[in-house]
Amino acid sequence: MIVRPHTPYLFLAPALLATAAIVLYPVASTMWMSLQDFVLFRPHDIKFVGLGNFARLAADEVFWISLGNSLVWIGLAVGLQFALGLATALVLNESFFWRSLARAAVVVPWALPSVIIGLMFTWIYDYNLGVLNDLLLRLGLVDGPVAWLARPDTALLAVVAALVWQGFPFFAVVILAGLQAIPNDLQEAAEIDGATRWQRFRHVVWPGLAGVILTALLLRTIWVANSLDIILVMTGGGPGYATHTLPLYAFLRAYSGMEFGYGSALAVVLTLCLMAVAAVYVRRTMREAFR
Amino acid sequence: MIDRRTRLRRLAEIELPAALLVCVALAPYAWMVLTSIKPTVEIARFPVVYLPDAPTLSHYADLFARTTFPDNLLDSLLVAVSACALGLGLSVPAAYAFSRFGFVGRRFLMTQFLTINMFPIVLMIIPLFVAMRALGLLDTVLGVVLGHATFAIPFAIWMLTSYLNGIPRELDEAAMVDGATRLQTIVRILLPLAAPGIASTGIYIFVASWNEYLFAMMLSGQNVRTVTVALQLFIGEYTIQWGLLTAGGTLVALPVTVLFLFVQRHLVGGLTAGAVKS
Repeated sequence: MIVRPHTPYLFLAPALLATAAIVLYPVASTMWMSLQDFVLFRPHDIKFVGLGNFARLAADEVFWISLGNSLVWIGLAVGLQFALGLATALVLNESFFWRSLARAAVVVPWALPSVIIGLMFTWIYDYNLGVLNDLLLRLGLVDGPVAWLARPDTALLAVVAALVWQGFPFFAVVILAGLQAIPNDLQEAAEIDGATRWQRFRHVVWPGLAGVILTALLLRTIWVANSLDIILVMTGGGPGYATHTLPLYAFLRAYSGMEFGYGSALAVVLTLCLMAVAAVYVRRTMREAFR
Repeated sequence: MIDRRTRLRRLAEIELPAALLVCVALAPYAWMVLTSIKPTVEIARFPVVYLPDAPTLSHYADLFARTTFPDNLLDSLLVAVSACALGLGLSVPAAYAFSRFGFVGRRFLMTQFLTINMFPIVLMIIPLFVAMRALGLLDTVLGVVLGHATFAIPFAIWMLTSYLNGIPRELDEAAMVDGATRLQTIVRILLPLAAPGIASTGIYIFVASWNEYLFAMMLSGQNVRTVTVALQLFIGEYTIQWGLLTAGGTLVALPVTVLFLFVQRHLVGGLTAGAVKS
């Protein structure tokens, strides 16, 4: 079959042009802006400051707080999503008569918009009327209602809990698919050889799942690190800086503060940090795709 | 005897945890729906009234009679359908190229599409906002749709490429040997075979666009306002009326929940890009 050399590029052109316009141009523009002192309401006073914004950032206390919160946010949210997702997948891989119903039900949180999840949990955490305080009071676990989202020591954890709820179905579905790809004979053979449930998990299931899990963890880390809408809806970054994460801080400086230069510098730093993780994911995925 | 014991053991070891997990997954959702059908006096009672004494649809009626919610639903629908059309329109040809041709830069370009899918929104939202303002696209459906295309295109290209790779090349080669042109082969052979993959990719774009908040918030305004942005604004406008908000939340969540249940099986392959064969 004769293929003229330009044919594939003709098919690609529309997607490439659109991507250049709506992704590459903005990204390049953000990088350029990060090198300038650019505040929106001073449009005639834009100065090129080189790495000045980055120097400012290193001395910015809120930047370091946000970075710290981001690490806690990613570690806790991804870790707990994974743990709950793995447990869900292992349970739903067993056979019982309402299994398909259960599998459908656990996917529901994944489908919902972050804004709705934020609203749901804000309502659940409500100080005066929230169902969480009501339950804890009835069980006698707290002496009085807790202002979950207004206390610096609980706000970040409360938002993490909402994100864990949203994200665990992803792990459950991915790991479940991985489990189904492990041949049953292997498990049965191990069982006949007298392996305990734990030994079967440790030596048969786990090695078969490791690749899938690593990919899912990488993907989820990037996704969680980038996500800020749930925080924005639930706390707006407060109280104080208690729920400031890096993308949220970048967004707030650019959006509320109209400091496009400094906000861009924060976004660039976030991206550089993430690209290390993304590079591992991209390399793995490309290897799979071109096997 | 042994049967009953194993049955009990399975109940305790598998069905009970499964029931618990289903509860965890559904409880917040159920609570939102329950709140939405309670009269305001019951919502405002503490200790909490769990099941409504006098269930009512009044919050839903209010939502449609007294707020902009119907317009917002329409805007969201328009944005999501357009994002879907634009995303598929650009991605199907690109995925065809990646799947059916070997050419210089193929691997590089695929890597690029995978990488830009991981860019944080904050990395591009400000210049997009500035550019849209300059072009007069702020607060238009097209503006929001272009914002959503930033994630729809790369995702769709990867999903569709992996789907097309699963359709044997011999099929289109046979058609072309029989004298069909490339375009005829695509339209008559490939597209019908790829329809399920295209449909689930489209549904995924629809759901992602419907659910999206940041782009919609930055790029919309008075004329165009999607439901996610509108619901968030309700909090400020009406000193938190939880009945109204939960009614809105329930309506917004319903269509995407149904659509998502249809496609989630197909998503795994695309999302982890082949790491899981399903």
